[in-house]
Amino acid sequence: MKTQFNRRGALARLGGILAGVLALPVARTAKAAVQRVFVSSGAARGYDPSKHKWLMCIDVNKCIGCGLCAEACKKENGVPEGPYFRTWIERYIIQKPKPGSGQTRGETLVDSPDGGMHGFPESPVPRDQIEHSFFVPKLCNLCEHSPCVQVCPVGATFDAPDGAVLIDPKYCIGCGFCIQACPYGCRFLSPVTKTAEKCTLCYHRITRGLKPACAEICPTQARIFGDLLNPVPDDPIQKFYEQNRVQVLKPYLGTAPRVLYAGLDKEVR
Amino acid sequence: MTSEVTNIVVEVLPRFEGYVYPNEATAHPLWGFLIVLYPYITGLVAGAFIMASLVRVFKVKALEPVYRLSLLTALAFLLCATLPLLFHLGHPERCYEIMITPHLTSPMAIFGFVYAWYLMAVLLLELWFDYRQDLVEWSKTTAGFKGIIYRIFTVGVTDVSPPAVALDVKMGRILSVVGIPSAFLLHGYVGFIFGSIKANPWWGNAIMPIIFILSAIVSGIALCVFNYMVLTWIRRHTVEMRCLDTMAMFLFYALLVDAAVEGLDWIHRIYAAEEGFSVMQTMIREKLFYTLNLGQATIGTLVPFLLLGSLQLLRRRVPEMVRRRMISASAAMILIGVLAMRWNVVIGGQLFSKSLRGVMGYKMEFAGVEGWFMGILLLGLPFVILTVLVKLFLSERLPTSGHTPHGSSTT
Repeated sequence: MKTQFNRRGALARLGGILAGVLALPVARTAKAAVQRVFVSSGAARGYDPSKHKWLMCIDVNKCIGCGLCAEACKKENGVPEGPYFRTWIERYIIQKPKPGSGQTRGETLVDSPDGGMHGFPESPVPRDQIEHSFFVPKLCNLCEHSPCVQVCPVGATFDAPDGAVLIDPKYCIGCGFCIQACPYGCRFLSPVTKTAEKCTLCYHRITRGLKPACAEICPTQARIFGDLLNPVPDDPIQKFYEQNRVQVLKPYLGTAPRVLYAGLDKEVR
Repeated sequence: MTSEVTNIVVEVLPRFEGYVYPNEATAHPLWGFLIVLYPYITGLVAGAFIMASLVRVFKVKALEPVYRLSLLTALAFLLCATLPLLFHLGHPERCYEIMITPHLTSPMAIFGFVYAWYLMAVLLLELWFDYRQDLVEWSKTTAGFKGIIYRIFTVGVTDVSPPAVALDVKMGRILSVVGIPSAFLLHGYVGFIFGSIKANPWWGNAIMPIIFILSAIVSGIALCVFNYMVLTWIRRHTVEMRCLDTMAMFLFYALLVDAAVEGLDWIHRIYAAEEGFSVMQTMIREKLFYTLNLGQATIGTLVPFLLLGSLQLLRRRVPEMVRRRMISASAAMILIGVLAMRWNVVIGGQLFSKSLRGVMGYKMEFAGVEGWFMGILLLGLPFVILTVLVKLFLSERLPTSGHTPHGSSTT
């Protein structure tokens, strides 16, 4: 009796494990199907996020501060007017040190009037007193370990497999925790939708084979956009790597950004 | 989204000093006065519960007169604890998502569960076991609407035989023992919501949960002192000095530990002087001058510390009347000071840019969801609920049972 019972138990357990193994892909497919219905990312139909790895590289030396990228972004994505930006440009003016001050450089002035959308006014510092002046375009840093995703209480913001950090506007409860957690100030609470918003790399465009609006419009190719999994002949991303030593913003926070900069200065935060 | 819709929401830009990220240049900080109230109210709950536990678990007999009052205070404030959070959400109608699909790495996601656990499994059950014998008695003797309420609260359990009452006391004690770590969890958790933000040097701090718990205990005891004084004054009772002195003693030692840990935090910040220290200096000297130096440090800590400390040394020489006033004043000042501390943490953390190059201003409005009016309303609501609870469950007209919270029968 006892052996028979044991055998039956063992068979039942084996059956259970087998059923579990068989059910796993079914569950995965079901999850993917549910996600397709409920997650709104703006991706094109048939787009497979696991076949891409998007990356943005920025050559600070090439940016002329024209502000077209910030303007294009606002128009393309319907970003509300006022202090709400998915991308913006900062101007750094590093002054020469005062003679005899014993310092390497003078005070650093930073500004970004209207996100740099309409260009920049004349420098408040006379030309002969400026040591360095440059423009730094900013956008979502596409962190590998994104603090914003980590803190979202409902999982409305998520890391897409293709490297984009997205927000599901139908799901976001508008608590603002992700905005507090983003070290780069890249998120805002939209006064229109009352949900968090941020750069999506123009997800509706890149999933259809186009470039993000900012990279498309940049007249000097300061913003280089590419796909690490599908390199093109004479790949600009590869070239950027070969020609520059790259940096990321606030590396000490361990967020591992995937927006890479060439030609940054220590004053840039 | 049409441009007509987006054009409506152009905001008037407030003044800034230095450079702030364009997205930070909004008219108000993202988390306003409501989020200041949230840790304040939650802290009062945790503190009042710890106060009650002193009687139940640590058998401090002198505090028996305030045992039930502290539990009811904790309940009244706990019922309101989530309201500020709810009102501040962009989409309050989606709040259930936190419970249904919690994102487990988020410090905010589990709060709903901790809250529900604390309300349902700890506080309500402990109150029920403590009140059961009385509820049975009152439901028999009281007529009308009140009688119906008591009958509902008995949940049909009318057994008041000695073994049943003994079980009540035992269960109450077990719940209280479970309740202490739960209260720590509830409020330490709130501290972690801020302490976990590494992007913000004002918040990202390992001992933030401990600071929150300690200040919560201080504010909770102060609230119980305050409520006890008000209740005895309204009812024209005499204050039991043994009870009040004991509360003052616990308040003093809690304040001592709290001030020491907070002081340690400040010493570390000033000594380490990490990146962003100059912005913090601006905050202390300008932006938070009144709420930090005057509110939190002087009114909330130093003056009550001296008042309560002198009472510990010279208790016998100070006349009762003066003692009562000194303790009441200390409690009131601590309540203001802890509110100022919450303000300094929540608003302070949003008054400087994460570029560490500039500071923002904040002027509270009167109307609006984050305004004074709403804040006062939300702070007053727990007291309204408490009044109802006291009328129902601490009525002078109803006889109370003989059993004492710590288990030994006195009648």
